[in-house]
Amino acid sequence: MRLIAPIKDHHRETRLFFARVFLASAFCVALLGVVIARLVQLQVFDYQHFTEKSLGNRVRIEALPPNRGLIYDRKGRIIAENLPAYQLELIPEQVPDVEDTLRRLAGLKLIEPEDISRFAELSRRGPRFKPVTLRFRMTDDEISKFAIQRPRFPGVDFQPRLVRHYPYGDLAAHVIGYVGALSAADLERVDPAAYAGTAHTGKTGVEFFNEDKLHGETGYRQIVTNARGRQVAADSRGLTQTLLESESPQPGENLYLSLDLDLQRIATAALKGRRGSVVAIDPSNGEILALVSAPSFDPNAFALGMSTSEYNVLQFDLNQPLFNRAVRGNYPPGSLIKPMLALAALETGATNLTRRTFCRGFYTLPGSTHRYRDWRPQGHGELDLHDAIAQSCDVYFYEISREIGIEAMHTYLTQFGLGSETGVDIVGEKKGLVPSREWKRQAFSDRPNQVWFPGETVIASIGQGYMLATPLQLAHATATLAMRGKRFRPHLVAATENPITRERDLTVPEELPGVAIENEFYWQSVLDAMHAVMQSETGTARASGLGAPYSMAGKSGTAQVFSVAQEEKYNEDDVEERLRDHALFIAFAPLDEPQIAVAVVVENGSSGSRVAAPIARRVMNQYLGFGDAI
Amino acid sequence: MRFSGTEELFERRTLPLGDMARFLRQVHIDGPLLGCLLLICSLGLIVLYSAVGENLDLWRQQCVRLSIGLTALFVVAQVPPGVMRRWSPWGYAAGLLLLAMVLLKGEVGQGAQRWLDLGVRFQPSEIMKLAVPMVAAWYLHDRQLPPHASQLLVIALLIALPTVMIAVQPDLGTAILIAMAGLSVVVLAGMSFRLMIALGLMSVPGAWLLWHFMHDYQRQRVLMLLDPESDPLGAGYNIIQSKIAIGSGGLFGKGWTNGSQAQLEFLPERDTDFIFAVMGEELGLFGVLSLLGLYMFVVGRGLFIAIQARDTFGRLLAGSVSLTFFVYVFVNTAMVTGIVPVVGIPLPLVSFGGTSMVTLMAGFGILMSIHTHRKLVPQ
Repeated sequence: MRLIAPIKDHHRETRLFFARVFLASAFCVALLGVVIARLVQLQVFDYQHFTEKSLGNRVRIEALPPNRGLIYDRKGRIIAENLPAYQLELIPEQVPDVEDTLRRLAGLKLIEPEDISRFAELSRRGPRFKPVTLRFRMTDDEISKFAIQRPRFPGVDFQPRLVRHYPYGDLAAHVIGYVGALSAADLERVDPAAYAGTAHTGKTGVEFFNEDKLHGETGYRQIVTNARGRQVAADSRGLTQTLLESESPQPGENLYLSLDLDLQRIATAALKGRRGSVVAIDPSNGEILALVSAPSFDPNAFALGMSTSEYNVLQFDLNQPLFNRAVRGNYPPGSLIKPMLALAALETGATNLTRRTFCRGFYTLPGSTHRYRDWRPQGHGELDLHDAIAQSCDVYFYEISREIGIEAMHTYLTQFGLGSETGVDIVGEKKGLVPSREWKRQAFSDRPNQVWFPGETVIASIGQGYMLATPLQLAHATATLAMRGKRFRPHLVAATENPITRERDLTVPEELPGVAIENEFYWQSVLDAMHAVMQSETGTARASGLGAPYSMAGKSGTAQVFSVAQEEKYNEDDVEERLRDHALFIAFAPLDEPQIAVAVVVENGSSGSRVAAPIARRVMNQYLGFGDAI
Repeated sequence: MRFSGTEELFERRTLPLGDMARFLRQVHIDGPLLGCLLLICSLGLIVLYSAVGENLDLWRQQCVRLSIGLTALFVVAQVPPGVMRRWSPWGYAAGLLLLAMVLLKGEVGQGAQRWLDLGVRFQPSEIMKLAVPMVAAWYLHDRQLPPHASQLLVIALLIALPTVMIAVQPDLGTAILIAMAGLSVVVLAGMSFRLMIALGLMSVPGAWLLWHFMHDYQRQRVLMLLDPESDPLGAGYNIIQSKIAIGSGGLFGKGWTNGSQAQLEFLPERDTDFIFAVMGEELGLFGVLSLLGLYMFVVGRGLFIAIQARDTFGRLLAGSVSLTFFVYVFVNTAMVTGIVPVVGIPLPLVSFGGTSMVTLMAGFGILMSIHTHRKLVPQ
């Protein structure tokens, strides 16, 4: 313990303090040196590096979507175009309460109440400055209704955008297909960079198959953005001294389809609202002139986006409007295959043109009591091949079926394009089925069923049993008949057009391996018989051939939807509509220089000659320039 | 006796500006210091105008704060150092009381409890920035320097008490500043180097201990400093963007109001803690070196005033105020350039915000008071 308080030594204290201040100053200078060194490092040595980083921060590449190519029919009528439409858009960052705003918009009936949560989710997910489209096309009424209320909806506004439009609506929906919003699945298929600015992509039909041509090339431009990614006006600040690059988008190619909308309309009208399909082909080159699948749907609904309930209505409609019957509908071809089998039988020697058979109305295999019935219970009496085709006698073909054999049937029917995809330029095509022993071995897993039974050959001869074909395949086979074995791949795109130079690139018809039957006389005989179907006194479809100013050939078919038990009689009045037979018809005209081949399928239409044949006639009349007469 | 009186001294020293100098001395203002402060404030206002995105409302607010700060400087400068010294313990005690009140019933803002509303809303920690060095200087004023270990222990307690209370608010930045202010007093008072080295060594386990008491966001900041790229959009974002801003400024900068990092809002807190980066981006290396030069002049002038001071209280307090100001500048610039972790310390006299402005200006008021009230004859 200190007893005497020390006297302060001022000089010593002053010296000590000065020394400390000096040291502290030195310390400060040293620390400052560190900061300055750091600044020099950042601003002098790493200047280039940080300049690039700073540039990368604010310059963003914005994709410029190309205009989608237009689609025309063969007469130059526009089928798919891009129309400016007013879209209702919501910019999340400008809306104080998104949910409330959406509810009030639903109150104005501008959006569906059930979509509120979907739009709210979309608003939360994307960048806050990026507009969410609430409605793709507003009607004039809706625009005026909203315009009055606009002050109540900050951050919601309508904007003009290009929207895909199909002026003919449901007329060719299954051919054109439609575009829809680009989905995650689509992005896996396409190059995301090429679709950076694109909102829609082809989903089905021509729009999908020709997506590469229609889409065009995406352009880009560099824009200056702030930290939240929002674009800032380039000239409002001197922040954009660096040259901003850009490249214009290249519009997609225009497509000219071989489709004739008049023909399409007549075919649709002729179906009279029934379920079914009409396919017309130019036999000389494979161009598809009409491709109808009924009922149809409005593709505009897809381009504009549908609410879930609207889509469900289409999806669960019993008549399946979304189902493309023309290329995906597998129907038993029935008697339609008789002309082709007749050719096979002549070529293989299974029959000849003079052989006559007596038809009692049924046929039994030797050693069996099972009766294979003719469509005409009382029978056709005695007839030759010509009459067998003209009157569609089943018994004649039952008889010769054993001599042709299933393998030869398979060989020749396959040469007509049945049983495999035609390779048409829309996707999703079904390949139908032409059975054979080999096919049956592979199709069935249990041994007893892998065996080919003689009775199966019998029913195959009238296009029943396992045999299936699409309307497109039937039209293609008809065209092949008309061309006496010469085959062209069916196609829809007749030409592509460069939208800038207007240069057109015509599609060259692709000839496929033909039918290996050289004998002109066989062809002439079978085609004569088909001619007799429509334009003779005994032909099954003579009513449809009546009074035509041109020659035509055809074949009717009626395909069982369910099999009739041995003792029963098929009585169409008793059968529920959906269990009635399908009505089929194929035809081509004129006989000598065929210009059009048609296949008609009317589901549950009962009779090929009564229901389907008149439709084929109307289509041919229209195409050959005889209007809608008769 | 070398000088006969004040008159003679001033006539000899600053002859051309004699009248002006005499007037300033009468109103207890140090001309060079004030001039330099005004230069810094002007430069600051120019940079701030750009940093707030040319928002004149915010800019005017800052002008008002500056005026309040200059008024505080002027008022404090009129108080003789002797009065300050006598009131130091009471100011310190009042500060402790207010800090206790903050912890009990303070207002919470941005996850920290710092504010107290007693008619005027303020942060009591600001009082401590001056009260701590004052009470330390007061304690050592009558004692023989260098201080004994027991005296150092007393001062350590005087410093630790408010520091801990502020650190738990939590306000690490202010706590560090206050600890530095107190520490600078004992260092200037002659604390032995051996003790300093010992304390330095002890700080290693101390840091380890501190780590355990840190809040998650504080730990993040330390980690971010070590590797800012590890979380470029999260906690490391500030530092990365700040370095890009400064680095891309180069020697001469992108031009006033033309800094893309700042103007396009890539730089967070561009008008407050990170305003130095705005300056670095827009005015370049020469701009920031000019500002650092002005700061160093202020620190130098403060230390000069400390040397000129005639009593222990004045010396220690002036020295401490000057060195604390330097710590302010260093910590902010070092954190913005990524040398030290991000602690919430604004760039003095430039950053937007009023709380520290008044305290800083009051501190300079103290410097001026010490300088202009001194008796020119050693006692």
